[in-house]
Amino acid sequence: MHELGIAQNILEIVKQYVPGERAASVGKIRIRIGTMSGIVADSLGFCFSAILSGTDMQGAVLVTEEVPAACLCRDCGHRFTVEDFAFTCPSCGGANLELLSGRELEIVDIELLDE
Amino acid sequence: MSVITIERKVLEKNDQVAAGNRRMFAERGIFVLNLVSSPGSGKTSILEKTFEDLRDAMKMAVIEGDVQTDLDAQRVSRYGVPVVQIVTLGGCHLEANLVRDALEKLDLTGVELLFIENVGNLVCPSGYDLGEAMKVVVLSTTEGDDKPLKYPAMIRNSSVLLINKIDLIPYVPCDLDTLRNNALKINPGLKIFEISCVTGEGISAWCDWLKKKETPAR
Repeated sequence: MHELGIAQNILEIVKQYVPGERAASVGKIRIRIGTMSGIVADSLGFCFSAILSGTDMQGAVLVTEEVPAACLCRDCGHRFTVEDFAFTCPSCGGANLELLSGRELEIVDIELLDE
Repeated sequence: MSVITIERKVLEKNDQVAAGNRRMFAERGIFVLNLVSSPGSGKTSILEKTFEDLRDAMKMAVIEGDVQTDLDAQRVSRYGVPVVQIVTLGGCHLEANLVRDALEKLDLTGVELLFIENVGNLVCPSGYDLGEAMKVVVLSTTEGDDKPLKYPAMIRNSSVLLINKIDLIPYVPCDLDTLRNNALKINPGLKIFEISCVTGEGISAWCDWLKKKETPAR
């Protein structure tokens, strides 16, 4: 259930960019969630709308871009997307991997609608 | 319509505090392990066994994280190890600032090894850096050999796996090879110890390894 805390963190950051009088104009808030981040996008979206309910920003919606886990094999240099959480290089079978993406939990941008 | 570019990490505040904790640990030469597992897998029992084995060899301390009560702190304090209890009052994981505040209440003089026993939960603690050298994940045989596949992020983000309650293997449907292979598929570099806090099997191997204060390559 830590999606609630994450939702509050997102709101805190968004508020740093949007002056209070423009809160009602916040439309989409784009976020990036890696498949290895342990965050459930639906649950986060639910928590986010729950904390905004009844506030000026209640029209805002989270739009999630899911980032797959991708690795670089340090042995053979092959880059690949991890399928089914199997952390083995499909090219050489090596396990000496660098995780290139998949742990993201980031705010990308905020869309402000014209008033 | 206008777009404001942000490009910031949602947990940046936690990461900053964790980095501060990590610097402090490095300056004081303290090796810090973040112990994570489901509720009831045996984290506190493992700490008790570890203190019994290592208390003459190294000075240790512990931060206990629980949703309610200081029962775990009471248990480990019997071993003469400095302990601070964090009660999260419902919070499902520890965050770096809770650890930073707890450290102020802990006498770290001479401490070489600090354990942070996280709240029992295999999901949320995986996303929060506390400043530790590594995460140690505990899975017990009663949880089933498919458990790593259900919690891949935690397995991937940990450096060590302790398979606890191996004394129960004859009585539970858990195949150790399957459990190990499921974990290694997600994290081939995982260091694995099989232990029992009832019979004491495997405890000395785990403690001997702790003495080296090695961080496995990730």
